[in-house]
Parts: sequence; structure tokens; C-alpha cells
Amino acid sequence: MDDLSGKYLSAISLAADEAALEELRVAALGKKGEISLKMRELGQMAPEERQAAGAALNRLKDEIDAALRAKKAALGDAALDERLKAEWLDVTLPGRPRRQGTIHPVSQVTEEVTAIFADMGFAVAEGPQIESDWYNFDALNIPPEHPARQEHDTFFMARAEGDNRPPHVLRTHTSPVQIRAMTDQGAPIRVIAPGRVYRMDMDQTHTPMFHQVEGLAIDRDISMANLKWVLEEFCRAYFEVDQVELRFRASHFPFTEPSAEVDIRCSWEGGQLKIGEGDKWMEILGSGMVHPKVLAAAGVDPTEWQGFAFGMGIDRIAMLKYGIPDLRAFFESDLRWLRHYGFSALDMPTVAGGLSR
Amino acid sequence: MKFTLSWLKDHLDTGATLDEITYALTDLGLEVEEVVDRAARLKPFTLAKVLHAEQHPDADKLRVCRVMTDEGEKQIVCGAPNARAGIIVVLCKPGDYVPGIDVTLGVGKIRGVESHGMMASERELELSDEHNGIIELPSGEVGDKFTDWLAANRPETVDPMIHVKITPNRPDALGVRGIARDLAARGLGTLKPLDIQPVKGVFDSPVGVRIEGGLKDKGCPLFAGRVIRGVKNGPSPAWLQARLTAIGLRPISTLVDITNFFTYALNRPLHVFDVAKVKGDLRIHPAKGGEELLALDGKTYTLREGMMVISDDQEPESLAGIMGGELSGCTEETTDVFLESAYWDPITIAATGRALKINSDARYRFERGVDPAFTLPGLELATRLVIDLCGGEPSHVVMDGAVPDTSRAYRLDPARVISLVGMDIPEAEQRATLEALGFTLKGDMAAPPSWRPDILGEADLVEEVARIASLTKLEGKPMRRARPGVPKPILTPMQVREKTARRTLAALGYNECVTYSFIDGASAALFGGGAEATRLENPISSEMTHMRPDLLPGLLQAAARNQARGFMDLALFEVGQAFSGGEPGEQALQATALLVGASAARDPHGSRRPVDVYDAKADAEAVLAAIGAPLKVQIGRKVAGWFHPGRSGAMSLGPNVMASFGEVHPKVLKAMDVKGPAVALTIHLAAVPFPKVKTATRPALDISDLQAVERDFAFVVDKGVEALTLVNAAQGADKALIERVAVFDQFAGEKAEAQMGAGKKSLAITVRLQPRDKTLTEAEIEAVSAKIVEKVAKATGGHLRT
Repeated sequence: MDDLSGKYLSAISLAADEAALEELRVAALGKKGEISLKMRELGQMAPEERQAAGAALNRLKDEIDAALRAKKAALGDAALDERLKAEWLDVTLPGRPRRQGTIHPVSQVTEEVTAIFADMGFAVAEGPQIESDWYNFDALNIPPEHPARQEHDTFFMARAEGDNRPPHVLRTHTSPVQIRAMTDQGAPIRVIAPGRVYRMDMDQTHTPMFHQVEGLAIDRDISMANLKWVLEEFCRAYFEVDQVELRFRASHFPFTEPSAEVDIRCSWEGGQLKIGEGDKWMEILGSGMVHPKVLAAAGVDPTEWQGFAFGMGIDRIAMLKYGIPDLRAFFESDLRWLRHYGFSALDMPTVAGGLSR
Repeated sequence: MKFTLSWLKDHLDTGATLDEITYALTDLGLEVEEVVDRAARLKPFTLAKVLHAEQHPDADKLRVCRVMTDEGEKQIVCGAPNARAGIIVVLCKPGDYVPGIDVTLGVGKIRGVESHGMMASERELELSDEHNGIIELPSGEVGDKFTDWLAANRPETVDPMIHVKITPNRPDALGVRGIARDLAARGLGTLKPLDIQPVKGVFDSPVGVRIEGGLKDKGCPLFAGRVIRGVKNGPSPAWLQARLTAIGLRPISTLVDITNFFTYALNRPLHVFDVAKVKGDLRIHPAKGGEELLALDGKTYTLREGMMVISDDQEPESLAGIMGGELSGCTEETTDVFLESAYWDPITIAATGRALKINSDARYRFERGVDPAFTLPGLELATRLVIDLCGGEPSHVVMDGAVPDTSRAYRLDPARVISLVGMDIPEAEQRATLEALGFTLKGDMAAPPSWRPDILGEADLVEEVARIASLTKLEGKPMRRARPGVPKPILTPMQVREKTARRTLAALGYNECVTYSFIDGASAALFGGGAEATRLENPISSEMTHMRPDLLPGLLQAAARNQARGFMDLALFEVGQAFSGGEPGEQALQATALLVGASAARDPHGSRRPVDVYDAKADAEAVLAAIGAPLKVQIGRKVAGWFHPGRSGAMSLGPNVMASFGEVHPKVLKAMDVKGPAVALTIHLAAVPFPKVKTATRPALDISDLQAVERDFAFVVDKGVEALTLVNAAQGADKALIERVAVFDQFAGEKAEAQMGAGKKSLAITVRLQPRDKTLTEAEIEAVSAKIVEKVAKATGGHLRT
């Protein structure tokens, strides 16, 4: 019996492939295999002898069976190893290319601004980019021959001969949306109005088209102090700093009274803008209390309602926050610029998750 | 508006420093654009005394001087002929920057002799062109600052020039006195009184004045003047020249300089006529049209009918309130002068000035509004100065019209400052502020002064009070939420959609562009635009003449620019407004994307292939899906002319075109200088319907546990048959059972036609059958298959490929 065991176990260990193993299995455990035949002989044995031999035979059978299985698995693993070795690929080759899209800074910053003001209850209002001169000027307390109108560097639309209406304009600011929003919704109202505006100006720091966001809040008791707080909160959130300091400076806009230019405390140390520290002041926006005539032009009773309005450059605050040097490049669509300054599609600014990564 | 510190001090008695003044100006709303501290560049220099001067051992023209300085005795080599012992000089030390020679000094060795600095000439310090020798001062002590010496002895050379930006509502601040008044109200000194003593006329003016043609009502309410005879009009005195040159004006002659001086000092533009060149009286009248006038700027202007003009008995002499005429202008030979002081209506001046495109100091001020009540006092003050500087004797004043009545008053409600601005300012301070600005207070009514045409209501009073008190003191106050609790979403469905379309395209690998809304007319025309209504009257360049009818031309131009830089494969998009007309609202929101070149860079996996119409279609479908368009759309072939007619399509719901996609027409590519292939898609965001009912709840999931069966069919059809026709036909064979039909192969072209016959192609579809009640039997599957074949045959004339 030990001979048998020794013979098969050594043969199994030497088997070169699955076919050889199968031959051994048949030779040992097959219907006519050596061990199977021995099993048959058990019937002719005396009971005690049969019991001892039977147990031994069964052990032998299990032993060989286990050896066969183990060897089979080992052979399989070896074959797989061999195959995998042959399947080697150079993983330093590049992966399959995937295009990487980007969101333009103007869109991204508009969403950032929207997220902040949405939290303060401001909706987003819109208006046409080709405007009548009434909405762009008259309703905003800029009468036709007023010098302020000339200072707007306005683009005018062509007028067909015989059409004697004053020419339409490309809106020079987002302020006409104030009028449209108040006319539509009345008071109280809180809206911002981001969008394209146009001025006839093109040099190092000006482009004939740029982006503004208008803010408007009208209620019974909104004051300029509220305006300052709202702008402080906005700047703190937008520039993602703990502290900001704003300075209001008297100024003049025909559509607000009192009017103020707003400066923010900053430092330019080492050419790097830091908001909220340092000893420089940078002008960032214009604002004021909505002029009673403007409220009246939009059908809101100025004896009952009051509030503030402000306007700031989206491109400009994008440049400040993200360190983008040149306004003109915003509109040139240079792929290198779009990739460098653009944002991922999934970088969605939220108040909860932060505005920028 | 420019002025100098000493000019300001003519009107303001103040001990405030320059910094305090400029800070206050900006804070008051008179924004300081620039301060030219003309002393700054001279700050380092001190006075020194030459103790001893001797010939340089190795140079004829140089002297070696021992100089006593604030740091002791120094040796300085000097080439000036007047360098000699005993003189007080201006010393520049090593390390100092010398402006006139643009050099920062070091310790030098000149021909072997060390020199510790230099003694400067006037030119080296940019004080004058004098360079014949070094400066020799008649007074001063060693160690004194040179700027202090200049301030005491030649103040005009170091008087700081201040440039402020004046907002259009503040014409009064276009005169130095108005600025002084604001500063005084702020508490930075007191406004000096302006002493106006009328000058008695001693004869009747030989020149009369008349306002004609109804202009007294609108145009010229008041015109006054007088003749001063026997004047001598030479160069003006140094103080006057210094004032004018400091603010960038060129001195011309005393008479002209006086008018400029009054313009800037008191915002009182004046004009002077040479009486010898005026024939008869001066008439202010509307032009007939066609008259010509050679103005003081040397240009000839042709007047339009109705323009306000001043003529003598023969011809126009002056563009009233805008610019005088050359022919009647004053020269050095002038002996009799007519001095004009008039009040012109701002709107009339603005209209004429704009029509003639003349920007003059006079127009600038009259169109913003000068003080009408100061017309005659200004004339008296100017008369006095003319007589003081040019001699002569004045006539009686001649005038027509009257000072217009601008009197008005508004209620001062002290509580408004708190409710509107949020600053607590005592009533007494509010009243004092207004009075300091020239308002007259009677009870609670405040009447603005005649020089403040901008004050037109109660809110203006609040503004004045807050402005003078300083808005810097304003402290922020929290604004309560419009409604308590978690803020509601604020974007409209359309705004959400715009954002979704944008982010989807970026996620699909496109780079967002923001291109100009105006493009050139030729490009606009290629895209169905370029109509007159969308043309700009005053474009800034020939590339930007028309509002864009579509976003694609801007993207193609961007692609061409990028290709010129060597970037040939591009995926660009823009979301924005396209303009169908020139009326407000004739705009529609588009999301347009452009693919140019290949799908990918060359790589070892063979990923690179030219982009094609199916790329554009897939991306269009992805955007439509993202913004919630219905799944079932019609694919039409009616697309705009800038697409390839055979390789483009439109996705519609009935007549409503939601999107177009396709290859860009080769002619368009050529015209726009883009190397193809190029495919594009445009989503008309507003054309996609919004769901009728908005609910977050999804319909219940409807799935079956029964085994689904997939069967493939290959049909031979005419090559013009569209796949969608075939798919729809198959789908219609059993709407309940057939869950999905998809094309998985197309075999077309020469080989296909060789096999299946000319004009044929093969389309292979896979059909998924999903039983609901019981597992399908082979017979049932066969029955559906037969139905599919029959339906397809009926719809397309095709048959199963064998």
C-alpha cells in the first residue's frame, strides 16, 4: 500500500501537464484503476481484515485525490503566470485621450456672485442688451442732453430712414435692468442683474464689451448702512477672507442719491493682491441709494419705498480674485488662456462647498 | 479740473496739509486723480557753501572744491565756471537722484580726484533751461532744505498741482472757489470773502447787444458786456502765467489769460472781442444755416439752422458759449476790448457742441451749468483785473435779458439722514453744513444757492449733509433676510437651463469662450445676419459692425485664430445671446459648440480620427437630455445654409426646432479661414419645452423578471432610406413587446452595392423583446420577427438580407 502511495504521489508531482495528470487519475482512481481494483478485492476479505484495509484504502484514495487536485491547481496557476507574463504591456504609454473642457472665468464668477447673493435673498433679473435710450438713460435720470450721457461712450444702433425714434443703444450698464425688474415685480424687491454691457472704448485696460453685475434692494426701510453691510458680506464671501474693510467715498451717479464709490482695503505686497490687509485702497464698485426719480420711472412710489443699488465689473473682480492680468484676453478665446484660467465643469460654486477650490 | 495749492489758498484760509486736503477732496466726492508734488523730486537736496575752489591738477575746465555741507566738509569736483569760494549752492549727494540728467549719483573719481556729489544747475533740477553755471543762491544757510528755500523764495516752482475728477453734477467745483467752499464746509479752513466792487463805467459802450429770435426764453437768458478802451495787451504777469502753466494751459496774452483765469478760478467763462474788428452791435441769434465761422481753434465750422451764434452787423463772430471767432479775437495790437459775460442754457450749448464736435473749456462748463447769478459780478471782477493788468477805462455795462430765476427750496427732514443713509447727524450740524455750502435756510425749508443746479429734491439735501459729514464714517448694518429660514432657490428654470447647458458642454470636453456680441458685416451675412437693423451706427472697428445673428461665426473666428497659433484640433463653445433684429428683446439664448480637426491627438491607440457629424449629434443629444428635452424628437434635414446640406440635421418637436447639428459648409469654412473638418451644434435653449408639471417624484420603476430576448435583423434597403424610418417601423411592429430597437451596423458603398445590387445598402438592427406575462415561446418570437420584417418592408421597401 505504501508502495502504491509512493508511486502515485511521486508520479503526480512529476506530471508535466493536465493530460499526464488525467492519465494518472485514471490509472489510480479510474473504474479500472489500481486503487479501484483494490477496493473491489475488499469484498473477499475477512471482516476484520476488510475493516483495516478498507480504511487504509480510503485514506490512500483521498490522499491521491488531494494530490491530483493540488497539482492541477498548481499547473493552472503556472500556466496563468506564463500567460500573464506574455501579456505584459507598457503602462507608461499614455491612456486613451479624453478632452478636458473648461468654464470661462466670466461664467464661473457670475455663478459665484449669484450663489452669494442668492443666500441673501437676491434673485437674478435679466434684460435685453439692445436697449431703448429710455431704459438706458432717461428712466435712470440721465436726460438727453445731460453731459453724463456723453460720458457713457455709447454704441448706437442704426436707424432706418424715416424712423424718427431716438436710436436704440447697446446698454452701457446693467442699470436698465433695475427699471425692468421694478416695473415687472414692483416693491419690495431684491435682485442682481449680471450681464454684458458695451462702451466705445478699447485700449490696454478697456474692451468695447465687458460684464457688470447690478444689485438692487428696495423695501420700506433699507438704508445705505445696509448697503455697506451687504457689500462687506459679499466681499468677504467672494474673496474668501475672514475680514474685509470697505470705505465709502461720496461720488455721483445720476440714478442714485446719495452716491458712493466703494474702496476695499488691500495690499499689493510683492505684486500679490491681498484683500483685507495692507494700507492701500482699491476702488471696486459704485453704489448708492436709488434716486426717487428712478423709483418713480419704474412705477414704484418713492414716498413709500427706498433702497440701494450698486454695480460692479464681473471681469474686474475675476481678474482681482484669480490674478488674471489682461482684460482683453478674456474675449480672445486663446486656447492656452481658456485652459489656464478656465474652471472644471464640476467646480460648481456653492455657499456650502466653497466658491473656489 | 486742475489747480494748484496756492491757487486754492487764494480762496481758502487753511492750515491743512496737502495730504489732508487731498484726502478730504476725494472723500467729498471730488476725486483726486493726481497730485503733482513738484517739490518731491527736489526733496533730497540741501544748501551748501563753497569754502575753497582750486584748479583740478589734470583738467583745465574742472575745479576741485571744498564744500561745507550738513554732513561736514566734502570734496567735490565741478566744471561750472562760476564755482568759486563763498557762494551758496544746491548740493546733490551720492545716492541722490538728479531728475534733469536722470542719474543717481555715486562717489566718483574725476581724472584721479574723488568727488562726493555735485552742485546743480537749474536745468539739472528741472527748474528752468538755465545751464550756464551752477545755482548761486542769494540767501540760505548750509543744511537748509532746498525745497524750503524755494517755497519761501520761488513758491511757483514747488506749488503742488492737484487734478480732481469732477462728476457732471458739480459744475460749481469746476472753479477753484467751489472746491474751496466744499473744503471749508468740511472744516478744513474758512472760505475767504470775494470782494466784488462794481467798476463804474465812464462812457457808453459803442457796441450794443441784442438777444434775438426768441433765444431769451431758451438759449441765452442773459448777455452782458462792456467795452474797455485804451488797453495794452502784452504778455501777462508772471504770477498769472505761472498759474496757467501749472495746470497745463499756455499763456497767450493778458486779455486771453484773464478769461482763462476766470474760467478756472470762478467757473466764469468770459470772452473778449477786439472792438476794432466788430462792425456795429453784437446780436445773439439762431443761425440761418450755412454760415461759416473760423473759430479760435483754427477750424472753420459751418452752422446748421437754429444753432446759436453771436454776429455783428455783417457776419458771425462767435459760437455762442462754445468758442470765439478768430477774426474778432484779441491780439497784442488790441486797444479796445469788448468783455462778454453771458449765461447760456446748458441744453442748447450741449446740443450745438455735440453737433459741431467742439470740446472747449467754455462748452464743458456751460453745458454743466455755470452760476447764472454770477454773470454780472463776474463781469465786474474781470473788468477790474483787465484794468489792473492792461490799463484802460471801462464803459457802462450793456446787457440784454435777465438773470433767470432758479430759486427753489426743499424740506430738510433731519430724520431722513438716518433713515436713508443710516448716519446719526445732529440737526444743528445738518443745518450748518447746508449753510456753509451756500444754502439759505428758512424754517425747515432749504433753498440751494444759484451755483448748485444739481440740487433738485430732498434726497439731494441728505446727500450734501452725508457727503460733508463723510461717508467714511458710515458703518454697515445687517440687512435682515427678506424671509426667515432657508433661502428659496432663486434661479428661474431658464437660468438653471443655461447653466446646465454650459456645464454639460464643458463636461463633454469643450472650452467655453466669451466672444464679442458684434462681428463684421460679411461674417454676419454668412449666418443670415448683417441686416441694417442690426448694424451699429458707430462701431469701434470694422470687425465689430453688426450684432451677431448666431454664435457660430464668433467661434469660427476663434478657431481660426487658434489654428494660426498652431492649435488645429479644437472644441469650443459659447452660451449667449444671438440677435435677430435691432429692437430690445430681439435676442435669443443659444448654446453653440464647435469641433474642429480630429477627435484626439495622435496616440499609440489609434484614437485620432476626424470629427464628424455624429460627434456633433451625440453632443447635441447629451445637452438636450441634460436640459430635460423629451427623448423622442424628430430629426429633420431643414437646416440653415451654413451647414453642409447632406451632413446636417435638426432636432425638432413639431415645428419647434430645438437644435441643429452638422458639418459646417465648406464655403463658410473657407470664408472664415478655418481648416476643417469642422462640425457644430446649436441648441436653441428657449425652444425646448419645460415640463408642464414640476415634481421631484419619479414614475414607478417598471421592470419585468421574465427573460428578455434579443434578435438581430439585417435588411437590404435603398441607400437613401434613413435608419430612423427603419427603426420606427420595427418599433411599431409590437409596441408592447418591443422594448428597444437599435441600429448596430451599416454596410454601404461600392462593396455593398456589388453584393446587394446598385443603389442598395444594408442596415442591421437589434430588437429587444421584453415579455410581461409569461416567457416567450419560439413561435411567438417567430411571429413578432415576421411582423417586424413585414413592417420594415412596408415602410422602406427593404427585405431581409440573406
